[in-house]
Parts: sequence; C-alpha cells; structure tokens
Amino acid sequence: MKRLSGFVLFALACIATPFIFPDNYYVTVVGLTIFVNIILAVSLNLLMGYAGQISLGHAAFFGLGAYSSAILTIKYGVNPWAAMAAGALFVLVLSYVLARPILRLKGHYLAMATLGLGIIVHIFFVQADQLTGGPDGISGLPTLSLFGVPIDSDMKWYWVLCSYMLLSVLFSLNIADSRAGRALSAIHGSDIAAETMGINTSKVKSHIFVFSALMASVAGSLFAHQQNFVSPESFSFFFSIELVTMVVLGGLGSTFGAVIGAFLLSILPEVLIVFEDFEVLIFGAILIVIMIFLPEGLFVALRNKATMLLSRRLGES
Amino acid sequence: MALLDVKNLGKKFGGLKAISDLSFSVPENIIFSIIGPNGAGKTTLFNLLTNIYPPTSGSIFYNGREITRMPPYRIARLGISRTFQNLQVFLNMSAIENVMVGCHLRSKSGLMASAIRLPSVIREEKEVRRMAEKALEFCGLSEFSHKPAAGLPYGLLKKLEVARSLASKPRLLLMDEPAAGLNDTETTELCGLIRQIRDSGITVLLVEHNMSLVMEISDKVLVLNYGKLLAHGAPKDIQENPEVVAAYLGE
Ligand SMILES: Nc1ncnc2c1ncn2[C@@H]1O[C@H](COP(=O)(O)OP(=O)(O)O)[C@@H](O)[C@H]1O
Ligand SMILES: [Mg+2]
Repeated sequence: MKRLSGFVLFALACIATPFIFPDNYYVTVVGLTIFVNIILAVSLNLLMGYAGQISLGHAAFFGLGAYSSAILTIKYGVNPWAAMAAGALFVLVLSYVLARPILRLKGHYLAMATLGLGIIVHIFFVQADQLTGGPDGISGLPTLSLFGVPIDSDMKWYWVLCSYMLLSVLFSLNIADSRAGRALSAIHGSDIAAETMGINTSKVKSHIFVFSALMASVAGSLFAHQQNFVSPESFSFFFSIELVTMVVLGGLGSTFGAVIGAFLLSILPEVLIVFEDFEVLIFGAILIVIMIFLPEGLFVALRNKATMLLSRRLGES
Repeated sequence: MALLDVKNLGKKFGGLKAISDLSFSVPENIIFSIIGPNGAGKTTLFNLLTNIYPPTSGSIFYNGREITRMPPYRIARLGISRTFQNLQVFLNMSAIENVMVGCHLRSKSGLMASAIRLPSVIREEKEVRRMAEKALEFCGLSEFSHKPAAGLPYGLLKKLEVARSLASKPRLLLMDEPAAGLNDTETTELCGLIRQIRDSGITVLLVEHNMSLVMEISDKVLVLNYGKLLAHGAPKDIQENPEVVAAYLGE
C-alpha cells in the first residue's frame, strides 16, 4: 500500500522511540506535549489547510473538552469516559450551531469571528470561577482507566496519546484522499466552481468545522487527565495562534506538514532553553527566516524539492 | 417542451440594467449560441442561470421546473453545469483531481466514511477515478492527468474546465467563451469537441466571440445587446439581420 507508506514509517518511528531512548525526558514528557500538539495541528489543518478556512480560535474547543472533563469528573463525579463524551457532545452542538453563521464570513472577517470565539471562551474560563475555578483552574482529576488498566504513568500516557495521535493522522490522510477531501480542496481553490460542481459548500464547511472541533475536544479531555490539572492559560488566544503557526510552518494543506510543524514548535522552546533570556528572540527569528525563505512551509517545500530531484534523476536515466 | 425556458428575466447592478426583460427558450440537444458585444450581459446571463447571483425579476424553468433562486449546488444536481470565462480551475489540485471533483454528484461517500475509509469508499474511489479518466480522455487531456493544474498552459486549463463539467454528466452545459485565448488549431479542436458533446446528447449553451466558430457549429443563435434580446434565429438569418450587423459595426 503505497498510499500509506509514509504513515507506516511514521507510526513505526513513534513506536520505536521509547524503546530506543528509554526514560528519556524528551520522549516521556515533551513527547506527550508533542502528541497533543500534533492532534490539534492536524485537526486545524483539515479546516485551514484543506478547506482554506482560517480559525484563530481552535484552542477554545480544546479547552472546552478539557474543562468539561475536569468539571464533570471532579464536581459531579461523572465517569471520566462519560465526561469526555459529554464534552464532545457539547462541543459538537456548539460548533454545529456556530459553524454556519461564522463560516459564511471570509478572509479577515472569518479570522476576526473565530478570534472572538476563542477570546470569549477564554474569558469564560477565567471569569466563571464558581464553575471553572477562575484563573487558578481546577486540579485533581481522577485517573483515566482503559480496559481496567489505570493510565497512571508517563509511559502509559505515551501509548494512549500516541494511539490517538496516529488515529488523527490516519483520518486526516484518508480524508485528504477522498471525495470529502476533494470537496474541501475545491472550496479552497474556488468557492464558486465548487458550488457549481454540486458541492453544498456551506454544509461541507460546517461539517469539517465540527469534525475538527470534536478532535480538539477529545484531545482536551485526554490532556486534562494527563496533566491532572486545567487552567485558562493553556487555552488562551496565544495558543490558538501557536497552532496556526504550526500548520503554516509545516505547510498548509499537508497532514505531515502539520505533524512537522507541531513537532518543531513543541521541541524548539525546549532546545532553546539553553539560550535563557534570548530563547523567545531566537524562536521568533527562526520562524521569520523559515517563512521568508520557504513560504509554502518547511515540509511541503522539502517534499517538493525531493520530488523534483527525483523526477529529474528518473528523466536522465 | 423546451429544456430551458427563460421568462422576462432582469438583472440590475445598481442603476445598470445588465439584463432586461429577456425571454427565450432552448430546445433539447442543440448548440444554442449567445453572442453580443462586450458588456452585453452574456456572462451575467450565465450567472443568473446558475444562480451565482439572483435575478432582479423574471423566472427560469429547466425541464419544466422552476429553478430561479435555487442554490447553485442544487441546480447542478438537476444536470446543469458550466465553464467560466475567467477560469475557475482548482489550481491547488492535479488535473485528474479537478475532474474527480466534477464526479462529486455521481458519488456519495461522506466525511466519516472517508475518514475511516470504509470498503465502499475504496470501491467508489476507483470508480470515480475511472470516470474522471474517461472525461479527460474525451477532452484529449489524458497525458496531463497527474500534472498539477497550476502548471498547465491556458489552453489546457480551458479544456480541463470542460472535462470537469462533463464528468458531472450534465444535461445542459453552459460554456462561457471557451475559444478565448486559443490559437487556430486549438479552436478547430474545440469546435470538434463541442459537436461531440452535443452528439453525446448534451444541450450546449455557448457564449463565444469567435463568429466563424459560432456560425459554423450553432443550431440557433441569440443576439444580446445592452442586456436586451436583439435577434434570435438560425445562424444564417442572424448573419443577414441588419440590426445585428449595425450593433457589431457600430461598436
Ligand atoms: N457583479 C457585477 N457587479 C456590477 N456590475 C456588473 C457585475 N457583473 C457584470 N456587471 C456589468 O454588467 C454588464 C454586463 O457584463 P457581462 O455580463 O460580463 O458582459 P459580457 O459577458 O456580455 O461581456 C457590464 O456592464 C458589467 O460591467
Ligand atoms: Mg463575458
């Protein structure tokens, strides 16, 4: 199966890593953040990269999933999986109701509306302290168990998040290469032509908006259990921007672009810590340089270059 | 019964009457051309027929059914497809993917089924690819099928739009200036292609500036001037119509 060869390699690498580097901080701690960020970037890329609809509020759905789990399990004693499902259901309804009016907007207006959504949800997390614990957040989520096995170590979380991350990547690759994915790309390419070819563009856009919000919500629930703690900081407007940066950095419209972007943006701050005060400066500079020289994104640029060299090689022989 | 019936159609852009009180009908299985000087309202007429924007007045019937103000995707479902004067190719996709989008109406896998790639999706995907290859071949584009659309020359993009439309198996095809920007050889090829399309049972509504092409292949011609119907008939009658000659020479 040539179509999934990239995915299989990637999955093998993720599975092999903890065996090659056991008890490594970058694998068992940073690795978990990387997985969560990949899930979020991949889900955002479905909306932004494929369908061409920008969202500056993706962190809101991530946060709503996380807070639903925290509130329902701690304050109401709901089973963690049921709480996760309830959060997802809430996000499903909310994103479905918001999708049509929001996605009718285009360009800057869409950016503004999604930004507004992100900010409102964040303000809610900070202000509704009866429910959300305010700026301090909520801690002490119960341990999640899977088939009777409590997920209570970094390594167990590695496998849970790795599985969900791989599933997200697989879904995204499948969608890209299907009727549904082509409908998204068509909307990106020409709204009018897509509609003229029989695509109900507002329906397709709202479906992918909901789908991507759901992926983020489930990621949020898992994140909350893994961290054992939620606070508004993790779901701020800045995090939404960071997610957009991941997608753009790796290359819009490519699943593995989103993976690479999320990986780099999660690992860079860790690596740059040695520069102490200059960390943020260097981080910014790297982003600027990449975007100036590789505007189509790191992964997409390298992939295009490789295909070009390869076809030239084949042409010569 | 006519396939398309346009009744007292009107469209104003602010104070400008782009189309006024236009009525005509198109019988099935012919090449029906619409000509007229630049700005006569030809593209606007196509945009009204596919409801890219709604008319100010009047109504449109297709196959006996009113389609005025129906969303464009539903009009497409009824079997009306079109190409665009200012190309609307999906430049972010390869040639064959463009045409596969044309097959949207002839397939049905949804988002969830695609995400988990059910066996039915895999089967349908093969089928869609085959249909797209057929449409590409019909338009002489087979060798470009895996090229990114963004890299294709203008003439091929025009053909690609035709292939994409044909892939949806329309009953009525609207073509907006398909010969614009093509050289003589390409125009001759296009002429043959349009005839073949008609002969395959599709009714063609053609907007074109190339008069020799229009007069050669049309079964009927309608002349628009300042959004109004100026003349309407067989190509020969149109060529001899003094009002039409005046409108063109007076330009
Ligand atoms: N979206 C629009 N907004 C305002 N005016 C328009 C619009 N589309 C077309 N027009 C005007 O309507 C008239 C007819 O244009 P068009 O249908 O493009 O002519 P044709 O295709 O016959 O050259 C022109 O005067 C044009 O400027
Ligand atoms: Mg025109």
